Amino acid sequence: MKILKVSFVLIVFILVSAFTIKNTLDGYKIGDIATDFKLKNVDNKMVSLSDYKSAKGFIVIFTCNHCPFSIAYQDRIIALDKKYKAKGYPVIAINPNNPAISKGDDFEAMQQRAKEKGFTFPYLFDEGQQIYPQYGATRTPEVYLLNKENGKLIVAYMGAIDNNSQDEAAVTEKYVENAVDALLAGKKPTINTTKAIGCSIKK
Amino acid sequence: MKQLLLFAFIFVLFSCKEVTKTEKTATIENATEITIEEINYNGLELLLNKQDDKTYVINFWATWCKPCVEELPSFQQLYENYKGKNVEVILVSLDFKNQVETRLIPFIKEHNLKPTVVLMVDPDQNTWIPKVDTEWSGAVPATMIYNKNKRAFFEQSFTYEKLETELNNILKTN
Repeated sequence: MKILKVSFVLIVFILVSAFTIKNTLDGYKIGDIATDFKLKNVDNKMVSLSDYKSAKGFIVIFTCNHCPFSIAYQDRIIALDKKYKAKGYPVIAINPNNPAISKGDDFEAMQQRAKEKGFTFPYLFDEGQQIYPQYGATRTPEVYLLNKENGKLIVAYMGAIDNNSQDEAAVTEKYVENAVDALLAGKKPTINTTKAIGCSIKK
Repeated sequence: MKQLLLFAFIFVLFSCKEVTKTEKTATIENATEITIEEINYNGLELLLNKQDDKTYVINFWATWCKPCVEELPSFQQLYENYKGKNVEVILVSLDFKNQVETRLIPFIKEHNLKPTVVLMVDPDQNTWIPKVDTEWSGAVPATMIYNKNKRAFFEQSFTYEKLETELNNILKTN
């Protein structure tokens, strides 16, 4: 009986730790199904990926106001949206930071930045920080390229926008553009995961 | 005679101006005596793989990174407490290259940073980040503690106590 009790406790422990570890550590891998969301845009309207009936996929970018890398990429993100929205892959930007900790990343500041820069894409606020942990985002800016396959959103590329954050003129590989071009040609992206220095997401 | 006086007056005026100018330059030169070594991945690889008897604490940070700035005092304190104990603290800055004079050097002075600061300038982050540690996402702060026998990598912020504990874990194995 004692052995039974001990093994029961053990099993419960293993189960609990397995689930907790999965929830806290694992983000998406290539090929995983990405979750949809309903987040507030800078125009105060709620936005879901399911609103975009005719989209072939999405360039989801976790980015923010304060991070110098996010600022360095602002114009390149606008250019990405302009280039690929018409082709079926619009940019959806999400600010994952907790504004109580990250100064300058509050909703009003987001509205102001979107207006100043003339963002052509939704700039959503991950209120309560429910969405970015599911994706497994760790820094800003960080891209998740999603491709619609049989009605599901499949992660096709994760990582950096290109290979030179500080100097756009010196970029030699446009990772996101190459990945979207591959999807448009009916192929899988050759490079599907990249890393870059960025600001850690403020919890 | 009047003209001569005027000329002399103007001359004096200009010489004064000249003197002030020289003094100003001198002050600026004094202020920028800190020079920051720039490294690319090859330099970083050397820094992360020394085979001598020292233990290295390598912190990846930037002046624009709030949690990095908050944990810097812990690294400063570690540097002070382990000075002469075969422990080296090196701060690898990921600040933008064009902000070294305007941000990085003033920051080092303002905070009186004692550990060596180097600037990582290699733009090909996708190549070098996984070489530092395969688990590193690229978010900062991040810290490597190593010696020739053992190494540990942390993508997290440190308190002084936690930092010292991790350093001692590495030191113990010597």
